[in-house]
Amino acid sequence: MLGLGKKDLTFLLIVLLLTLAAPILLNPFAEGSAMAQFNAGYPDLMQRIAIFAIFAVGFNILFGLTGYLSFGHAAFIGIGSYAMVWMLKLLTMNILPGLILATLMGGAFALLIGFVSLRRSGIYFSILTLAFAQMSFNMAYSVLTPITGGENGLGPALGDPRVLDAAAANGTIPEVNLFGLSMRATYELDLAGRVFQFNAGYYVCGLLSVFMFYLALRLFRSPFGMMLRAIKCNQHRLNYTGLHSRPYMLSAFVISGMYAGLAGGLMAAMDPLAGADRMQWQASGEVVLMVILGGVGTMLGPVLGAGFIKYCENIFSKINDHVLHEWFSIFPKWLENLLVTIVHPFVGQGWHLTLGVLFMLVVIFLPGGLIEGGQRIGRLIRRKPDAKGKAAATTPAE
Amino acid sequence: MSKLELTRRGLLRTGAVAGAGLAMPTVFASRASAFTNEPKGGVVTLGFTIPLTGPYADEGNDELKAFQLAVKHLNGEGDGGMLSTFSSKTLTGAGILGKKVAFVSGDTQTKPDTARATAKSMIEKDGAVMISGCSSSAEAVALQSLCQEAGLIYMVGLSHSNDTTGKDKKRNGFRHFFNAYMSAAALAPVLKDMYGADRAAYHLTADYTWGWTQQASMQAATEAIGWKTVANVLTPLASTDFSSYIAPVLNSGADVLILNHYGANMVNSLTQAVQFGLKDKMVNGKQFQIVVPLISELMAKGAGPNIRDIPGSSNWNWKLQDAGTKAFVQSYGKEYGAPPSQAAQTCYAQVLLYADAVARAKSFNPCAVVEALEGYKFDGLGNGPTEYRAADHQCFKDCLVVKGKDKPDNEFDTLEIVQVTPTAQVTYAPDNKMFAGGDLGQCNPGA
Repeated sequence: MLGLGKKDLTFLLIVLLLTLAAPILLNPFAEGSAMAQFNAGYPDLMQRIAIFAIFAVGFNILFGLTGYLSFGHAAFIGIGSYAMVWMLKLLTMNILPGLILATLMGGAFALLIGFVSLRRSGIYFSILTLAFAQMSFNMAYSVLTPITGGENGLGPALGDPRVLDAAAANGTIPEVNLFGLSMRATYELDLAGRVFQFNAGYYVCGLLSVFMFYLALRLFRSPFGMMLRAIKCNQHRLNYTGLHSRPYMLSAFVISGMYAGLAGGLMAAMDPLAGADRMQWQASGEVVLMVILGGVGTMLGPVLGAGFIKYCENIFSKINDHVLHEWFSIFPKWLENLLVTIVHPFVGQGWHLTLGVLFMLVVIFLPGGLIEGGQRIGRLIRRKPDAKGKAAATTPAE
Repeated sequence: MSKLELTRRGLLRTGAVAGAGLAMPTVFASRASAFTNEPKGGVVTLGFTIPLTGPYADEGNDELKAFQLAVKHLNGEGDGGMLSTFSSKTLTGAGILGKKVAFVSGDTQTKPDTARATAKSMIEKDGAVMISGCSSSAEAVALQSLCQEAGLIYMVGLSHSNDTTGKDKKRNGFRHFFNAYMSAAALAPVLKDMYGADRAAYHLTADYTWGWTQQASMQAATEAIGWKTVANVLTPLASTDFSSYIAPVLNSGADVLILNHYGANMVNSLTQAVQFGLKDKMVNGKQFQIVVPLISELMAKGAGPNIRDIPGSSNWNWKLQDAGTKAFVQSYGKEYGAPPSQAAQTCYAQVLLYADAVARAKSFNPCAVVEALEGYKFDGLGNGPTEYRAADHQCFKDCLVVKGKDKPDNEFDTLEIVQVTPTAQVTYAPDNKMFAGGDLGQCNPGA
């Protein structure tokens, strides 16, 4: 069904089920309990995970399949976001036209940047993409301020035309919606001390990300995907066979640019304020981290990586000294203070340190990313002696 | 490829599961609230969004300290600080409406984008019923519109742009801090006395809402006293090296440099301007001067000796002699071993004002709080008699003209108060053209 084999279909169905049940699965701890700090089942974080999953899956089409490492993908996120907000300002608060334009703009800019950058490979390609992204960021931040809002960010305002919508009543900006369904609409469910939040915005992001995941799955299994893998194996040899590989590269680059554009558009749809910061090189680096952390070239890896990093970012960065003191309050005062001093650099605004340490551990001990970790655990449980060779063959670590 | 096969048993099983699924919603109770994050139980959570990294990080750290202190005092811990001097006596140290006050804090990185993400998670995950804090106006505007959409009260932290209570004002947002227009109105007469009426000014301006409105306010006010404006150059907020912007000042014919910079930006640009020898230059037969329209104690500390004799304005200073200031400085000093900055004072006051408004309204409902705060007159929070104007949610109070102290007695003695400018001199009509184009809209309780 859907052009997928039985195994892939089950896989897709599991991903779909997980996406649908995420508000429940990510909220395992009762409200008010000490562990409630670690709940991730709130709309903002789930939306972010779904959006960055789209971004990472798209990035993986380029990096995982062809091996070309782009350091400038955040530029497409930013372009997608600006396209979205401009649609919200000019056309309508319905997100559909914005999402379409964001995807197209992502693709158009990827065509432009890819056309130039793909003349080189390896480190030169990475540097070129990085240069383009930084150029976009700096322009958005300075000379293009009238279009991008610069430091203020770009968001819908009262005086916007919004030609398709009815005039705003009593001085309020209408809500971002999809054919009338507000992205903010949340159904809250009280159950056994837990509050599950089913948010419309999350389901839009989640279902779109499953759809994009499906497209990527088809692409991975297609002859086109095979060609991209061939480029990663040995581009020179491929060229010697008389095959012009650049159009394939460019297509892959444009496709991943469109994924990023869509992700950027969704980001602006969930929270209609686009800042230039999301184009900065840190943001480009983040998606590389996500893909490597999860597992390069695998289907589920980038999704896991995106979820993992966004979870850490949102949960660890919110743990302040106050919370730490509460945790360690059972110990004597001197030990409590000592423990807080030790843990302090790793949480709050220092969560990057935690991420750095985890990233190093993963790269050193699990070169195949979290996916490899999962496979190893699976193997331990099943104790299949021949599984090792098979796993190594399906996930080339690079 | 799969094929759908129907069996009697399979059909029954599916039917049973589907039936149970449909009956589910009637088993669970859906959560009903009158407004967003209505506090249930004995605890009320406030959300503090503060920049702990980025160019305004110093201010953010001081804000966090003030927030923590305010929460302590609300819960009856510590010496009570300004609770005893506040003109309203509804706060007794028993929390807010009998509920213990808890708080969550998060880093905004001085970026509006991150600020919104942080605040969103506080609203959705931690159930914060009010958001406060920020130290850039870009953050303030972003957070204010978020809180308006989500149906929360936003108590603005340190935001000095005219837009916060002008073009971008919102019914659910309130600003205690003064603004760029007030700074310019207070500063201009003092500048005329100090440097004369025949001056040519060169503006270096942080490239975002605060910089723009402060530059416009300063330009209008200084041109009204007879100064000329030579140029206005915009600098990105993220920049740390200003030498390329300062070099052209020397040959521009200007004899005053107005630095519309704040936080670490201002510390860097001022230090570099002094290193370029601007302060010792003679231009047009006059001594070259530098003006920093918005000065804080933290910036003065960062800039060290470079700040000496440089005039600017402040919302508040710990050396004021009223009872509120004394109580606050003492309690803050006991807690943290240093006097508070103006950022700390405004944030502390905002939390108290919110708590008091809730207590007077006897409800956490944002619309009730808005009603309680609009047009509210109070005293004893360090700024003298103050009013929250209903038309734009801006506080009107005295503001200070300060100057970098020439011979500081100790490390905290960095600024001296030149003049306390009375409220009447800095008051403007709500429809002033620098504040035009906004609409408070309706209050939004969310849910």
